[in-house]
Amino acid sequence: MNTYLTILIGSILVNNYVMNKFMGICPFLGVSKKVDTALGMGMAVTFVMTLACFMSWLVEHFLLVPFDLMYMRTIAFILVIAVLVQLVEMALKKLSFSLYQALGVYLPLITTNCAVLGAAILNSDTGYNLLESVVSGCSAALGFTLALLLMAGIRERLSLSQMPKWMDGFPGALVTAGLMAVSFMGFGGLIK
Amino acid sequence: MPDTQKKNAFQVFMNGLITENPTFVLMLGMCPTLGVTTAAINGIGMGLATTAVLICSNLLISLLRNIISERIRIPAFIVVIASFVSIVEMLLKAYLPDLSDALGVYIPLIVVNCIIFARAEAFAFKNPPVASLADGLGMGLGFTGAITILSAIRELLGSGTVFGAQLMPESYEPMAIMLQVPGGFITLGLLLILVNGIRKGLARRKELKAKEELA
Repeated sequence: MNTYLTILIGSILVNNYVMNKFMGICPFLGVSKKVDTALGMGMAVTFVMTLACFMSWLVEHFLLVPFDLMYMRTIAFILVIAVLVQLVEMALKKLSFSLYQALGVYLPLITTNCAVLGAAILNSDTGYNLLESVVSGCSAALGFTLALLLMAGIRERLSLSQMPKWMDGFPGALVTAGLMAVSFMGFGGLIK
Repeated sequence: MPDTQKKNAFQVFMNGLITENPTFVLMLGMCPTLGVTTAAINGIGMGLATTAVLICSNLLISLLRNIISERIRIPAFIVVIASFVSIVEMLLKAYLPDLSDALGVYIPLIVVNCIIFARAEAFAFKNPPVASLADGLGMGLGFTGAITILSAIRELLGSGTVFGAQLMPESYEPMAIMLQVPGGFITLGLLLILVNGIRKGLARRKELKAKEELA
């Protein structure tokens, strides 16, 4: 139990994928203008990332390792993720149209979200078992959602205030993200 | 992208290198840009690895553009890009193990670098091989240049060296935060302000010149 709690807190706060590992920066900067869209993106990523970690573990341990194909890992994982995203999109469309409308636009973007592939590869590098992989993927995605929501909240406020013209847009967002990362460094000593 | 068809290979190359620099103008590929730029040598290594993949994938996709059907182009791009990334990954592991260790997980993550994907979709799929090659080279070197500058600044302030050579005086106290995550974000933000300023200044000068010529 303790391991899972460590993984959970570790991935959400201490080693947050966005704030600490520089993964998933593109959606973090691109989809963080409004809290609603940030929440939608976060939910979609959480869904896909948990599934992707599950599937990539299965692929690694039942296909790549037995057939000695580990050098194909990158290709195998990205294909798993791409197929998964496509399947999730189709399934959502059939099963729950309201959810599809809420998450649909974000799904294609997730294939190129490096946090998803990064989580799968890091899990495989660390040598987690199936449950640990799933927990780590899910909590990494929750950490991503947390960072995205915080950023969106700040940017919503910023858009109402008077920013100097040369800071508007990306430069302002980057400096804001930098200051957020400073505060996330405060979690550094939480676990060893 | 307006009338790229009419541009010659050199113009396409310069477009990638300067006018539409992937890092400073298009704002693509942010993850490796921030993730590996703690030392100038890592920046240049990452940039060249990405350039190699970009050139190869642009060329192959451009050659196959009439065979790949429009509807399955995304999975096709992914397979092409992932194959080249795997090749680069294995070559780096075999010949440059130190660099491979320093870049770590960011090498397989070249697959999901939006620059490569975006160039395949926006350029290589619509243009002949020579232009696509030039575009890959220009974009790749533009990316390499940008992240080398960023990593040189971070290395200089964070450890007082550039490419491992001591540049700061002995008494300089390195700013550790420059090597950490916040330093990456803030340096890129400030660099972007500078680049935007220069671009605006140049555009204004061009406008003035055009007006003078008219008058």
